Amino acid sequence: MSRCDRMWRLAATVACAFALHAFGQAEEVAKPDPVVEARLKDLGEELRCLVCQNQTIADSAAPLAVDLRNQIREQVRAGRSDDQIRAYMVERYGDFVLYRPPLKGTTLLLWIGPFALLLVGAAVVVYIARSRRGPAREGEVPAGRQREIAAMLEEGGGPPAGR
Amino acid sequence: MNMRLVKYGVPLVLFVALAAFLAVGLTHDPREVPSPLIDKAAPAFTLERLHEPRQPFSPEQMKGKVWLLNVWASWCVSCRVEHPLLVEMSKRNDVPIVGLDYKDERGAGLQWLSKMGDPYVVSAFDVEGKVGIDYGVYGVPETFLIDKQGVIRYKQIGPITPEALEKKILPLIRKLNA
Repeated sequence: MSRCDRMWRLAATVACAFALHAFGQAEEVAKPDPVVEARLKDLGEELRCLVCQNQTIADSAAPLAVDLRNQIREQVRAGRSDDQIRAYMVERYGDFVLYRPPLKGTTLLLWIGPFALLLVGAAVVVYIARSRRGPAREGEVPAGRQREIAAMLEEGGGPPAGR
Repeated sequence: MNMRLVKYGVPLVLFVALAAFLAVGLTHDPREVPSPLIDKAAPAFTLERLHEPRQPFSPEQMKGKVWLLNVWASWCVSCRVEHPLLVEMSKRNDVPIVGLDYKDERGAGLQWLSKMGDPYVVSAFDVEGKVGIDYGVYGVPETFLIDKQGVIRYKQIGPITPEALEKKILPLIRKLNA
């Protein structure tokens, strides 16, 4: 099989996967209402699918995600607000469903942790920078060695023989 | 000396702290998400029974009893692992167990029970999985321990293990029945 041929096969496979994906999405509702679907997409992208935990409800193909998308559609059509729908999810699955968890006692470390680490890192950098500057200061070479250095510079060579 | 302590001590302390965090993390199962329903009233529902479609079941009917709500399905592999333990529990009369056949086909569910034994006092049939959503079910099997007032006291995510039964579920049932 030539290289070109292989590329074509790969492209076909990818195209097919995309087509299947689109097909699957279209299958979910008979007549998708663009307004409902847009809100579903916005909401679903902020909600975690508990079956495949690193996917959002908008992304996941898990049966539970499909059910939850339908649940959200129903609620959007019933005129519930985004906050109400999010609260509905949290009531059932806990704060873990939210990709943007609320700021409260149990999530404090999550929110403040990275900034605290950044501060610690900055402190370490400052400390190291300060301690390095010390020995490079001028005039700190002992007086006895100044002449030695001057001699070396004049010679333009390495250290005096025997050292 | 002091400089040396900083140079080697700080990274060591940081490493030990990181290792400790990771070690603790390893003991947690990311699939076990704490349920917000613990210590809340079990959501109400009315469903057909699996055996008698005409007869409704609702958790109200279990008021005054400490009971287990076991969510299962004939398509669920881990349920097969858990099932013998449930049958054993029902033989010992540990606690009344109500089955919630989740997103299943009635025929398949009934066949499963006749083949593997029926540990349930009642089986409710949740074809659409809506009750499952109200209970925050995301991975069958799941089991809820509900007290006499209808409050959820414990949730087992995944199959009930003999260990969880002995150490957590049975002691809690004894306490709630006392």
